[in-house]
Amino acid sequence: MTVAAPTGLERIARAFARAREERRLAVVIYLTVGYPDRASTAGLLRAALDGGADLLELGVPFSDPLADGATVQRASEVALAGGTSLRDCLAEARGLMAEYDAPVIFMGYLNPFLRYGLTAFARDAASAGAVGVIVPDLPAEESADLDAALASVGLTRIDLYASTTPEDRLARLVPRSRGFVYCVSVTGVTGARAALAEDVGAFVARVRVHTALPIAVGFGISRPDQVASLRDVADGVVVGSAAIDVVTNAPRSEGQRALREFVASLVAAGRR
Amino acid sequence: MTPSGRYGEFGGQYVPETLMPAVHELERAWEEAQRDPDFQAELRRLHRDFIGRPTPLTDARRLAEAVGLRRVLLKREDLAHTGAHKINNAVGQALLAVRMGKKRIVAETGAGQHGVAAATACALLGLECIVYMGAVDIRRQAPNVFRMKLLGADVREVVSGSQTLKDAVNEAIRDWVTNVRATYYMLGSAIGPHPYPAIVRELQTVIGVEARAQTLALLGRLPDVVSACIGGGSNAIGIFAPFIADTGVALRGVEAGGEGVATGRHAASIGAGQIGVLHGTRTYVLQDGDGQIAEAHSISAGLDYPGVGPEHAMLAQTGRARYVSVTDSEALEGFRLLARTEGIIPALESAHAIADLRALARAHGAQSEVLLCLSGRGDKDLDTVIAAAEHVPGAD
Repeated sequence: MTVAAPTGLERIARAFARAREERRLAVVIYLTVGYPDRASTAGLLRAALDGGADLLELGVPFSDPLADGATVQRASEVALAGGTSLRDCLAEARGLMAEYDAPVIFMGYLNPFLRYGLTAFARDAASAGAVGVIVPDLPAEESADLDAALASVGLTRIDLYASTTPEDRLARLVPRSRGFVYCVSVTGVTGARAALAEDVGAFVARVRVHTALPIAVGFGISRPDQVASLRDVADGVVVGSAAIDVVTNAPRSEGQRALREFVASLVAAGRR
Repeated sequence: MTPSGRYGEFGGQYVPETLMPAVHELERAWEEAQRDPDFQAELRRLHRDFIGRPTPLTDARRLAEAVGLRRVLLKREDLAHTGAHKINNAVGQALLAVRMGKKRIVAETGAGQHGVAAATACALLGLECIVYMGAVDIRRQAPNVFRMKLLGADVREVVSGSQTLKDAVNEAIRDWVTNVRATYYMLGSAIGPHPYPAIVRELQTVIGVEARAQTLALLGRLPDVVSACIGGGSNAIGIFAPFIADTGVALRGVEAGGEGVATGRHAASIGAGQIGVLHGTRTYVLQDGDGQIAEAHSISAGLDYPGVGPEHAMLAQTGRARYVSVTDSEALEGFRLLARTEGIIPALESAHAIADLRALARAHGAQSEVLLCLSGRGDKDLDTVIAAAEHVPGAD
């Protein structure tokens, strides 16, 4: 008798469940594929996992990342100058899948996915072992085509919710979420910040009413003490710009070690 | 347009979730303002007393003779306050912002014309004004940067990406996402997420409404062709809109062909782009095979944008309007032609439509009567034209 491979949703659920069993926050790390160069990406993604990351977001570089702050903008420009394409991002996912169990999610703006073809992208993402996709410029109202393409191959789109999202909209959309719910902790673009918004706890509680899924908080989280402050608020944290900054600030030969230690410090800070 | 902001398969609201409540709030406020007679009366008063509307219609006889057309009627948006049609939109949106209780305005600008218009409207109504402008555009449009500052605007240099209009839009949207509760985003063209294409169209339709009545008064009939230059397409949709139902009237948009569409260095989004999503709307976009947005190129900073308004995309796809392009050097010829035949120095943007008139005459016949939107005046472009003359033999 053969045992069916776990679906993407099952793998996301398992990653959060494992963190919960270990009494800590799940840590989701975002890295822009192709930064600081194509050859370094595979080693950095593995360093993040070796440091204890529970899920990975593979950033698909885009020329006009209008929801991103300076760090991801610059990383995207460098990646594009190095010739990084969506095809390269799929190849990175495929390589990881062969070695690690951690779920991989693509995060990118809509136009490169459209140009690749939504059906073709969904098929290739599934065969590369990815579990889902986050598209910051695709609100629920415009997502029917992508959702249909993803559903046909068992992938999911992770929705973002913001503190500006009104109550009736949360009540309508959050119950449709799959995998986990991604709460944007600040009004603004991605990027490390000195302080998180004061109302993040209240916002997460507003979302929690509408779902039993795990909730991850992202945008602006850069330090272990910020992760620690979310221990009793969320089920996970997403860290992107700060991880990229760690890579940028380390000597090229030390990037993997620096990232691994940084991720490990975030994981430790999330222990309850 | 459908209720969800669609123009056929184009348009829509492709914005981050943080902005969805803001675009919904804007939709509601705009619908209420359109139904409010006081808002409409105040807008009409500012059209008359501040912008100087109606702008004239000039029967350009020497130009018509030079290009081989029976008649060319110029709708003189160059004579509107601040020297371009952009003020129609800026004043209307500033009134809307006041109505919504937003005191902080952000805007993007390419050539600086929308930035100047936004700064002007904000000065008039006592609003804080922040204008994002690409570093490259700041260098080539220095007089407009000075004007904006004189009017009290905070001009912020954008150094990301290609450092031109598309990057200024990105940065204005980033500011809007960050300060969304207290900030109004004053978008300058008929692009972006719904309801912007509808708002800008409606506020610019005054051009076409006046021109249609003025043409009927002068000729006793409608023109055969209505022509306008197209970047994002706000002056064009403004003059086209009242004629779309007049199926006997041909609509002709002139895109910026830059150094030639075949060179890849141009801004002809309809002529050479593919369907994609840029800045919140589905439309024709200049892009590479990986879906990365391409840099647009035009001698005219106001047409230097790699997308086009979604309603134009629909008009092109359905064939209701026809879109052509002229190159930088042809636009320079059009610039000189209008100056010498009519004593009017046009904006380089509008000079594209002038430069297309001979091809228009070949396509529609020498007996055609043409209504052309002269979207702005050319004083801002003198440095560019002087610099081009140094590189192009005989271009003086």
